[in-house]
Amino acid sequence: MTTVVVLLCIILIAVVALQVGKVTELAGKIRGEEEVQLSSNRANSRLSLIFMVVFLVGTIWSAYHYKNWMLWYGPHEAASAHGGNLDFMFDLTLVFTGIVFILTQILLFWFVYKYAGRKGSKSYFQAHDTKLEIIWTAIPAVVMTFLVVGGLDAWNSVMADVDPDEEVINIEATGMQFAWILRYAGEDNKLGARDYKLIDGINPLGQDWTDDKNLDDFQPSDLVLPVGKKVRVRITSRDVLHNFDLPHFRVKMDAVPGIPTYFVFTPTKTTEEYRQSLSEYPEYQQPSDPNDPEGPKLWETFDYELACAELCGKGHFSMRKIVKVVSEAEYEAWVNQQQSYYLSTIRGTEGDPYRDTKVLPMEAGKVESETTDAFKSALEAEDAAKKVFQLSYVFFNTGSAELDSGSSKYQLDKLAAILADNPTVKIELGGHTDNTGDAENNQTLSKARAESVYNYLASKGVDASRMSAVGYGQNSPIDTNDTEEGRANNRRTEFKIVEQ
Amino acid sequence: MATITQTPPSQQKVEDLIEKYGYDDHFHEHHGEDKYQSNFLTKYVFSQDHKMIARQFLITGMFWAIIGSAMSLIFRLQLGFPEESLAWLKPLLGKWIEIDSTTGVGTLAPEFYYALVTMHGTIIVFFVLTAGLSGTFSNLLIPLQLGARDMASPLLNMMSYWFFFLAGIVMFFSLFLSTGPFAGGWTAYPPLSALPQASDGSGAGMTLWLLSLVFFVVSVLLGGINYITTVLNLRTKGMSMWRMPLTIWAFFVTAILGLLSFPVLFSGFLLLTFDRELGTSFYLSDIFINGQALDAAGGSPILYQHLFWFLGHPEVYIIILPAMGIVSEVLSVNARKPIFGYKAMVFSILAIGFLSFIVWAHHMFMSGVNPFISNFFVVFTLIIAVPSAVKVFNWITTIYRGNLRLNPASLFAIGFVSMFISGGLTGIFLGNSAIDIQMHDTYFVVAHFHIVMGVAAFFGMFAGVYHWFPKMYSRFMNDTLGKIHFWGTMIGAYAIFWPMHYIGLAGVPRRYYSYSSFESFRHFGEINQFITIAAIVTFAFQLVFVINFFYSIWKGRKQTTTNPYGATTLEWTAPIESTHGNWPGKLPAVQRWAYDYGREDADGNDFISQLEPLKEGEVDGGGH
Repeated sequence: MTTVVVLLCIILIAVVALQVGKVTELAGKIRGEEEVQLSSNRANSRLSLIFMVVFLVGTIWSAYHYKNWMLWYGPHEAASAHGGNLDFMFDLTLVFTGIVFILTQILLFWFVYKYAGRKGSKSYFQAHDTKLEIIWTAIPAVVMTFLVVGGLDAWNSVMADVDPDEEVINIEATGMQFAWILRYAGEDNKLGARDYKLIDGINPLGQDWTDDKNLDDFQPSDLVLPVGKKVRVRITSRDVLHNFDLPHFRVKMDAVPGIPTYFVFTPTKTTEEYRQSLSEYPEYQQPSDPNDPEGPKLWETFDYELACAELCGKGHFSMRKIVKVVSEAEYEAWVNQQQSYYLSTIRGTEGDPYRDTKVLPMEAGKVESETTDAFKSALEAEDAAKKVFQLSYVFFNTGSAELDSGSSKYQLDKLAAILADNPTVKIELGGHTDNTGDAENNQTLSKARAESVYNYLASKGVDASRMSAVGYGQNSPIDTNDTEEGRANNRRTEFKIVEQ
Repeated sequence: MATITQTPPSQQKVEDLIEKYGYDDHFHEHHGEDKYQSNFLTKYVFSQDHKMIARQFLITGMFWAIIGSAMSLIFRLQLGFPEESLAWLKPLLGKWIEIDSTTGVGTLAPEFYYALVTMHGTIIVFFVLTAGLSGTFSNLLIPLQLGARDMASPLLNMMSYWFFFLAGIVMFFSLFLSTGPFAGGWTAYPPLSALPQASDGSGAGMTLWLLSLVFFVVSVLLGGINYITTVLNLRTKGMSMWRMPLTIWAFFVTAILGLLSFPVLFSGFLLLTFDRELGTSFYLSDIFINGQALDAAGGSPILYQHLFWFLGHPEVYIIILPAMGIVSEVLSVNARKPIFGYKAMVFSILAIGFLSFIVWAHHMFMSGVNPFISNFFVVFTLIIAVPSAVKVFNWITTIYRGNLRLNPASLFAIGFVSMFISGGLTGIFLGNSAIDIQMHDTYFVVAHFHIVMGVAAFFGMFAGVYHWFPKMYSRFMNDTLGKIHFWGTMIGAYAIFWPMHYIGLAGVPRRYYSYSSFESFRHFGEINQFITIAAIVTFAFQLVFVINFFYSIWKGRKQTTTNPYGATTLEWTAPIESTHGNWPGKLPAVQRWAYDYGREDADGNDFISQLEPLKEGEVDGGGH
């Protein structure tokens, strides 16, 4: 149906145009060329005057109507420290060009109106005027000088990279078809090395896990930033060009595969503050979802956004991430909740170069707090059966009683410290094995292992009289011995409080 | 008006002047029988006559203009009315309209949306505003206004058209590929354009796109070298460089720009082809795509951008300079005044041409080039505002105290000046890298370049077509339809592009298929609807032009006098019916500059033809 209507419209235009053409040619012949030209001049000179008025009023009205989108005005204020500079340059340019725009458009259409040929009128022969030409070459040159100097001053300060010793939060944004991957530098505030050849299903950025700087990096789903802190975003791409675009922060930079770029900026308004400032404008009192008039208002649902601003394929328009600017305290809390990508996803998998290292220094905190908790609940337990807990982070080399002290030290050092704080506590260290192999050997091994732990604790200053080491062999399984998992659970060292 | 109030010099007087002062090159003794135009094929198809080639360029350009702008209507429908069903386009677009089986709603496939955007840009920039504009008017006017028999090499000239035609065929073919035409933007940035894995259109579509543009580059080079040679060598007796009309200056500089910049694009394409076909990595590095890490290492996508924009920026002036030349000429003739500051106009064309080569990286402020480098490009870019301003002031002053004839040609020339001001001024924002951080790749840019090099160049082209139509078809186009076309287009074009500035200020990126997922971008539904409707209406006004054009070829008012506008330049001294060699006898000799309008000649006309000798004591060039 619509196709037919479109075709009919086109045919109609054609017919009307042809008829108008024929009629006017005929009328021209009757009225004479001169009269036709003079009346054309009259009509079109008036039209040009009308156009000028409507056009200028229209541009000024529309600029007023859309004033809220003017930079550095109203709700569209920059949310970054440098944004004001850019917005000022924009407004300065707007003033200069606005004046030129209005003056030249008025002159142009006014002259068309004024000097349209009338009966008997003549033109004035004037080929050039050197003085005038020098003036209107010089004025734009001077204005441009101002704009260039102002612009470059702003540009060079915005684009300056951070000093090596400057305090800055390091973040990385990587574009891919069609999403952004964000990476925070973690506790060391250093982004670890990457190699695109290492990219696979669980390592989307190709992080090189042998680089310790990678181990604490985390990949949150939202871009969360503390207000008032300088942020350096390293911008990269995995496949084609993308562009890291934060319109509210006046930030934009291409993501180029193979050539990392960066942008440094400081957020100045939290999301909440920005929402509050929007709430002052009636436009933002509309419901956010037009179908739900009672729902939250536009200002309430406002979020800063990250977009892609370089054509990257058919999903280019969908690379959205939410940006949250929060207070410094909220930011710290948020960071503490984040788990490093390595620990959450890579640790213990095939790609983990430290698979053989049972506990990494970075896991010490976790081990220590678990140990403290376990000791505490054992201490507080009434039931004797509950006064015991497993030393899950104490490891031995396979088949021997030799302590893997590198991995075990975190838990044992912590226990030594706890025992020092609780001088009245006496303990028993119990070794257990699974049922593989000879029972007698297992008995001996479990005893030897318990003693290894005993000796290590003693070397850390725990009085030998407070400890005993017992080997239980394979006699007290806590799980089935039929599966590898069950057997692993049965191989264990237990820590038992015997007196407190 | 002058055509009416004063008697134009009779053809007899012109012939006498040519006979008396003209230059006899014995042309017709050698070309008595015109072997080049003896049958239908050699006259209308494989013609070597510059006037026929000009018409071929024009009509081919119009064909592409209709296709290119119709494409924009389709993607504007998607942007303006994303909720409406486009199922009615299914017969035309086939599988690219995806019909929801439950609701029956048809939506444009995102990949085809991007293909349309890409094709729209490619077609309009290269096929319409380069070939259609410069190809048409350089061919038509360079020999006619310089007093030459034809181009320096008619054969190369013919080949220039047919390479363009071939480019068009290949591009047209690519529209029908099952994977769709190229969809990575008219700038074709790698890696997107280099890797078929990255986009459907980057496979066969991109191969054909590259092939087509390689043909196109050949066409431009063959044409350009011909224009330059003709301007330098085939000027008639007395036609010094400083007596050339501004049209010729503009075409001349345009051809030089093309000759210097298109080969760089070509080399950029060549390296891209190597990357695509031979596994090199000029532009590729560290890429993981479709679950696979590519071997390419050490390449730089930014290198391509340098090569592309080394053409791309001069290309903007390749498009706008011919329009400027046409506008200068049309304004001067119709204002019955010399173009104000002829030499300043020439020097500003030269200055713009020179500067256009050292500003390319202003397209790349945000692309990852060293920010320090941008300092230079900001400075040179903003310097262009100075010669541009000079030109605008000179056009306005040309109208001042004139005796203006308002016809479609002069109206479009005036419209050009208005558009050039509006679009040029927004360039001052974008050329300043600090402001570009926010404006880059937003609708502000779309508004800027559409007004300044899209609409303005089209206006220059329309002015030229209306003005020189008699020189092409010995008939006039209908004035009333022309004026309807003008006002409709003038109002329509501003209605389309002006609101885009505001969307751009809000930071809305260009080349988005949909804005619905972004809180910051999705509140412009009304403006987008308005723009789409304005685009449809403006397109309808272009149909008026097309109808007027073809109707007038056969049925238009006949040209009865050789010099209907009372123009000083040589094309209006040639006979009404165009002939091979342009002038039947001797070549006209030039005695003065091209802009003695508003001066009475011996017969009381308000202009003095370039054929008329200087009076005693008279200083050439409008001196007193």
